[in-house]
Parts: sequence; C-alpha cells; structure tokens
Amino acid sequence: MAVETGTETVKRGLAQMLKGGVIMDVVTPEHAKIAEEAGACAVMALERVPADIRADGGVARMADPEIIVRIMEAVSIPVMAKCRIGHFVEAQVLESLGVDYLDESEVLTPADEAHHINKQPFKIPFVCGCRDLGEALRRIGEGAAMIRTKGEAGTGDIVEAVRHMRAVWDGIRRLKSLPEDELMAEAKALSAPLEPLNETRELGRLPVVNFAAGGIATPADAALMMQLGADGVFVGSGIFKSDDPAPRAHAIVKAVTNYNDPAVLAEVSRGLGEPMKGLAAKALSQEELLATRGW
Amino acid sequence: MTTVGVLALQGDFVEHQAALRRLGADVRQVRTPDGLRDLDGLIIPGGESTTFCRLMEDFNLYEPLRAVLKTGLPVWGTCAGLIVMAQRAADFEYPTLDALDITVRRNAFGRQVDSFEADVSIPALSAGSSRPFPAVFIRAPTVEEAGDGVEVLARLPADAGPAGGSPVALRQGPLMATTFHPELADDDRFHRYFLDTVQQQGRRSSPK
Repeated sequence: MAVETGTETVKRGLAQMLKGGVIMDVVTPEHAKIAEEAGACAVMALERVPADIRADGGVARMADPEIIVRIMEAVSIPVMAKCRIGHFVEAQVLESLGVDYLDESEVLTPADEAHHINKQPFKIPFVCGCRDLGEALRRIGEGAAMIRTKGEAGTGDIVEAVRHMRAVWDGIRRLKSLPEDELMAEAKALSAPLEPLNETRELGRLPVVNFAAGGIATPADAALMMQLGADGVFVGSGIFKSDDPAPRAHAIVKAVTNYNDPAVLAEVSRGLGEPMKGLAAKALSQEELLATRGW
Repeated sequence: MTTVGVLALQGDFVEHQAALRRLGADVRQVRTPDGLRDLDGLIIPGGESTTFCRLMEDFNLYEPLRAVLKTGLPVWGTCAGLIVMAQRAADFEYPTLDALDITVRRNAFGRQVDSFEADVSIPALSAGSSRPFPAVFIRAPTVEEAGDGVEVLARLPADAGPAGGSPVALRQGPLMATTFHPELADDDRFHRYFLDTVQQQGRRSSPK
C-alpha cells in the first residue's frame, strides 16, 4: 500500500489549511505561546524580528537551530523558519529539524544573487516572496508551495504590501484578458514559466495560496490586505514591537476572520495601545530595501 | 434548495464551498450564531484547531454550535473539524464541541514532513464502483478510540505505517467526520455522500 509523503498536494495543502489565518513572527518560546493563545494559525521562528534585523545591520542568517527547536516544542501549531535566498544547505538543515514550512526570505541576507533554491526535491514546503505576478510564477516554477507578497518587512508601513498585492492581481486580470495565442509572449514579458502561468489564467488566481506580508501593524492593515485579495497575513515586527503584543495579536486574528465587517474591525481596534513606531518605506535608501532582494 | 453552512472562521472553507456548489447546493459562510439559522447541514472545515477554538470563544459560537450538533442536523468535520467535534481530545487545551463519541490525538503522524496521500477504500461511497478515495492527510489527527454508537466508514490500510488500520472516516447518526481532506481531492464523492445524508435527513436548524 503506497503512502506518499512530500507530494505537491500535501505541500500546497498545508498552506490551504493556514488560509484566513495569521502567521506571527516569534523569537522565543514565550512569544510563540502568546501567538498560539491569540489564535495564530502558525508561527515563524526567528532569532530577531525584521525591525531588529534592519536596526542591527550586518549579515542576517538562518536562526540558531536551538531557538527553532525550543519554539517547536512550545506550541502545537505549525512552525515555519527562514533560510537565506539561494542557501539550500540552510534549507536542508531546517528540513532535518522538522520545521513545517520554510520561508526562503529576502529578510535574511541573500546567499546567491543569481539563483533561488530549487525547491522541488525538498519534502517540506516552501513559501517565497514576490512583488508581482512574474516573480510569483518564477518561484512557483521552482517549487514554492505558497507565495507571500513581500511588502517591506520591518517597517510597519503597509504601502509596499499594497503595491505588491495589487501588482499580482493586476497581472492576473491581464492574463485572463489575453487570447490564448498571446500567452507565450506574456510569459516572455513576465519572465515566467508557461505552465503555472496557464494554470493561473485558468483558475483566475495563483495556483497556490498567497498571503500578504511586510508592513502589517494594525487590524485594519490586515483587513485591508484581505480585502485586496490576500488569503491570509504574516505579521512580523508588528506584534512584538508594539506596546502590548497579546491583545494586538488577538485583534489581528479577529480582524482577518471578519475582514469584511467594519463594525467588528472597529470593535477589535479599540484600546490596543501604540502600534510599532515604524519607518516610512519611502524614506529608506535603495540599499536599505529588502523587497528588491531576489528576483 | 438545500442550504449548507460552512464554518468560515479560518481554514479551507472555500474549498468545501466550491465542492458543494459544484454539486448544486447553496452555501453560506458561517461566522456568527445568526449564521447557523435555517441550515440543512453544516461543514466544519480543515484549518488550525486552536485558532478555531479561540475564535469560537471570541464570537460566542460554542453554545450555539453544541446546540446545533444535538438537533440531528447533518454536520461533517474534516481534520481540524473532526478535532473540535470530538468528545475527547488528548493534549488539547481547549474545550471541544463535545459531540462525537471519540478520542482524538492531534498531529498524531508527526510534523508536516509526515503529511501524506493514500488511497482509502470507503465502501459507503461506492455506489457500484470500488474505486478507492484519494485521501490527503495534512498534519492529521488519529482517532484512538470510538464509542459503540460510532460507525467506522473507512480505515487506513493495515500496512500504512504505525497508524495503519486506524479509523479515518466515521459516522455517528447525522454526524460525520474525516481525518483527511476530501475538499482537497479532485473527487466530489464524499461531498455527494454528505449532501445525500442532508437530503435524507430533511431537517433544518431552527431559527432562534
């Protein structure tokens, strides 16, 4: 009797279970417990949140496996971890630890400027960032089982997340309007593989789950991304860099479930204290941008 | 027309909705106690069971859902849905809906790397065909114990690892549960089976 693990269906399937949920960045087992109790559908185990990575400078790498393992032991929800773009050995290490999802992330310093990881041979699924449809399809072509729009991590400024989510949907709407005989030229223009492009056109959406990330700091930010067509949200620095993380985390979870209900959004937004102070993405220099890492 | 509610707090409720609509049912996403009125059936989808419980508490859904589960309305839970319908969930910090007479263990196969696909034989679906069902198990729970009133519709094949032979599809009167995700398969037979049950039952959740 064949029991098959690591198939495309089970890799993409876990992302489908995360939909309508909030994935929270955590750096300690205590944070992870707070996130789980607030209703997070998964946590991202890190050594530092993006705002601190940004502030500290230097080279950002995969977290110490010790931290990741302690977080895995602390919670029963799925645990994700980040590896550097192109660093397939960090990915192998994280797979052997048994993390549930790998984020090949621009928040860490890229290890390869030409190539992302070939994600097909891995048994655990990957999520990758994108700024537009072409980038999403390239990552799917490499085997990503989930996509997230990049936004600009560690800023608390939603503007880039909005730009990237709109760009993905613009690309999909255009694709749907094209006659079949123009699809190869569109694939060329997007530098995108044809097969996921055709699949996207047929479905009217990406063939994998697409979350929003990078700059979400409030329940309204999270609901905005949901109304713009995200399947769920990642909140990085926005929770544990705010004044009072637990109620904010919980409020964002409730906002994502009820993203179309302004009365609920108003209710959950009340009295949360100060959000993370944040950085205007516009004020960042070209070298400080994380979203431009990877292609 | 048959109206089936899909609990839409979190998880893959859209996939259930799509399958039900393909089969001609009217679907309503349920997020509030009011959403439970006038339903012919209800699905509790896959997702994260801790998140479900947190949100059921936040939106005052525990008691209304428990009440609905006692009315004889057909209700089907998949994976996380099965966990919250169980009377007993080992190592789970939240109360459940206390309906199915089973003991369930979460993430019993291990982590995501152990998620799997397997062909499962479900005689109740067959209707003239013995084609196995392509079952998708994602960080799936196992059913460790089932009471006398629970009918086992399908088991994992005996040679499928340490949990081989354990129940993966169950029925207790109008309540159904699967540890796998028929909504992720290219196969609507389980949804049709559920809708057949809904039609035979011919019951409606009463208005409050």
